[in-house]
Amino acid sequence: MTNFRVAVHVIPRRGILDPQGTAVAHALQTLGFSGVADVKVGRHIVIDVAARDREGASSAARQMCEKLLANPVTEDFEIATVEPA
Amino acid sequence: MKFGIVTFPGSNCDYDAFHAVTDALGEEAVYLWHRQTDLAGADVVVLPGGFSYGDYLRAGAIARFSPIMGEVVAHARRGAPVLAICNGFQIACEAGLLPGALLRNASLSFVAETVRLRVESADSLFTSEYEPGQILRIPIAHGEGRYTADEATLDRLEGEGRVLFRYVGADGEPGEGSNPNGSIRAIAGIVSEGGNVLGMMPHPERAVEPLLGSSDGLALFESLLSRVSA
Repeated sequence: MTNFRVAVHVIPRRGILDPQGTAVAHALQTLGFSGVADVKVGRHIVIDVAARDREGASSAARQMCEKLLANPVTEDFEIATVEPA
Repeated sequence: MKFGIVTFPGSNCDYDAFHAVTDALGEEAVYLWHRQTDLAGADVVVLPGGFSYGDYLRAGAIARFSPIMGEVVAHARRGAPVLAICNGFQIACEAGLLPGALLRNASLSFVAETVRLRVESADSLFTSEYEPGQILRIPIAHGEGRYTADEATLDRLEGEGRVLFRYVGADGEPGEGSNPNGSIRAIAGIVSEGGNVLGMMPHPERAVEPLLGSSDGLALFESLLSRVSA
């Protein structure tokens, strides 16, 4: 078994009102970032996990997202990075 | 009739529920610590309000894996009543006992106030002592109460008469000004497919006697009493 560090992104699903993202977008526009079209605020979760290989670590993280880390009704997730820890 | 009130780390409306059941309704209640794995013979399970596990990750996301939840889910699957209030509603959605999810209030603010609810159906385990269309005054106190579900689920809930409560204004109709959290279709409370699990953001247990400013919540408990013990 090898130790891996997996980073996952959990973001509000497109089409579902994200008032937090809207508030941040307005603040950025007020600061002069006039090119900002949309902002989504989600979570960046870093997991240290022992697995046989990179694929195993990624697959475990996917299951964690499906079971707990993301709400399947309102959120999408992606495995951002898998690195040896 | 015996009510089992689940206490999670961070629950804070368990005492209110206990008071409503024992003092206002005059029935028996027991606290069920979340690490227990039996319901102590409870006929009705209450998942109370609060901030279980500090609302970490998402409200209710971690509480749903507490040891007692296996028994609560089994109780619900047997068709026995579960009353899920506020954080309890969030936990029930996370546990798959009810469809949809509760998101951050559209205003981004925590809202604590007394709201008007319209009884959408009196044909349920929880509302038989109300009149259809009756307007209730019930308090809310939450930051993540914006109910959401996909359109197909919403149409199904409406079609099956499973939306029991809606937020309304002084005119008795839903509207943007009277929707405290931006819930889709102004939904405040729904029941499961079997009708035995009620999830609602407002707190009926905090409106059971005139001293509390409203006793409109008491009939919800009386409905359970009349239907369950019948």
